[in-house]
Amino acid sequence: MSGKPRLTYLNGRGRMESIRWLLAAAGVEAEVYLETKEQYDKLIKDGFLLFQQVPLVEIDGMKMVQTRAIMSYIAGKYNLYGKDLKERAMIDMYVEGISDLMQMILVFPFSPPDAKEKNLESIKERATNRYFPVFEKVLKQHGQDFLVGNKFSWADVQLMEAILAVEEKIPAVLSGFPQLQVFKTKMSNMPTIKKFLQPGSPRKPPPDAHYVETVLKMFK
Amino acid sequence: MAGKPKLHYTKGRGKMESIRWLLAAAGVEFEEEFIETKEDLEKLRSDGVLLFQQVPMVEIDGMRMVQTRAILSYIAAKYNLYGKDLKERAWIDMYVEGTTDLMGMIMYLPFQPADTKEKNLALIIERATARYFPVYEKALKDHGQDYLVGNKLSWADVHLLEAILMVEECKADVLSAFPQLQAFKGRISNIPTIKKFLQPGSQRKPPTDEKFVAVVRKIFNI
Repeated sequence: MSGKPRLTYLNGRGRMESIRWLLAAAGVEAEVYLETKEQYDKLIKDGFLLFQQVPLVEIDGMKMVQTRAIMSYIAGKYNLYGKDLKERAMIDMYVEGISDLMQMILVFPFSPPDAKEKNLESIKERATNRYFPVFEKVLKQHGQDFLVGNKFSWADVQLMEAILAVEEKIPAVLSGFPQLQVFKTKMSNMPTIKKFLQPGSPRKPPPDAHYVETVLKMFK
Repeated sequence: MAGKPKLHYTKGRGKMESIRWLLAAAGVEFEEEFIETKEDLEKLRSDGVLLFQQVPMVEIDGMRMVQTRAILSYIAAKYNLYGKDLKERAWIDMYVEGTTDLMGMIMYLPFQPADTKEKNLALIIERATARYFPVYEKALKDHGQDYLVGNKLSWADVHLLEAILMVEECKADVLSAFPQLQAFKGRISNIPTIKKFLQPGSQRKPPTDEKFVAVVRKIFNI
């Protein structure tokens, strides 16, 4: 019964990727990959999935589901959630905003071909007009390395993940955001993130056609 | 310097309703400023008070909080409705995420095309009775306590009652196969702060009708 969590999901990013990022600090015991609908149906039949859905993270004797619940628990457990209620409130607000942006990226591979260009434009618009300006301003105003409380938190991990995910689609997206460029470099050099960004880590590649096909078959 | 929390939203349920429920359950008086036109929303945006240009926004304890979950988590923790430790919080979070998914389906129903309404309504009932309600029914049956987590009223209980009442508005007898939930509904509805919120004249908002859908569409340009 090692202390490390066990992850059950498809062999791809989806809703588990943010959890893998957050666990980069703690390490992961193992990942169980769902490849067929039969595997998934068996998990449901065996009563492992509270609401019949994945992600599933087995951690500290609990079979946790629901991405946000899992991440809140991990953030709390590994001291990535601020020092008091107000810092937690700021972290939650930032994380929720970034989550909305990540949601657009999550569903993008599943949009019909004729909507893809429009959706990509929307991602670019939201990132550059709604979300990135907020974090650029926060970092500029307090001049600290981290978003909240001058200490590494869940919000920094989530923002780093989002920056890289948007850059995969829009390489020059940070061109108007000097603070975020500096932030990105600093985060890349945090030891646990640096390790997570190296080949061989639990980090998953961007979704490809095979991944999309697996998802559609598994979750109908 | 603790004024009452001030809620900025439309005069309907939407994403703010769960926040109204939680504040009411906690016995916290709050004020509301209603967005009635597109211009009202534009003004909030140009005043720079909406972090991500969106509502709900709640002025509370010197903060202008946005993002529904962030607001609800803050209120729950502040008013001791979030369990006694990290593990209880984890259970409350899991339960609340489930009821959020269910209520999310109901929230969007009035905005969907007329020809899909029947199908979507059937899906809501299916999810409620096959996916969500059985979980809470079992949790209550297994521990035999009055509340979902830690033998104490929490955010999870308030959220579940809200969800039950919303689904009942879609199908009145939806709890017929869930005796634990029927008892739960009775118990939680009788908690004085919640009982008060359920009475006419409270700040609880009515279900969204077609007329209100048109207002919302205009305000948010959707």
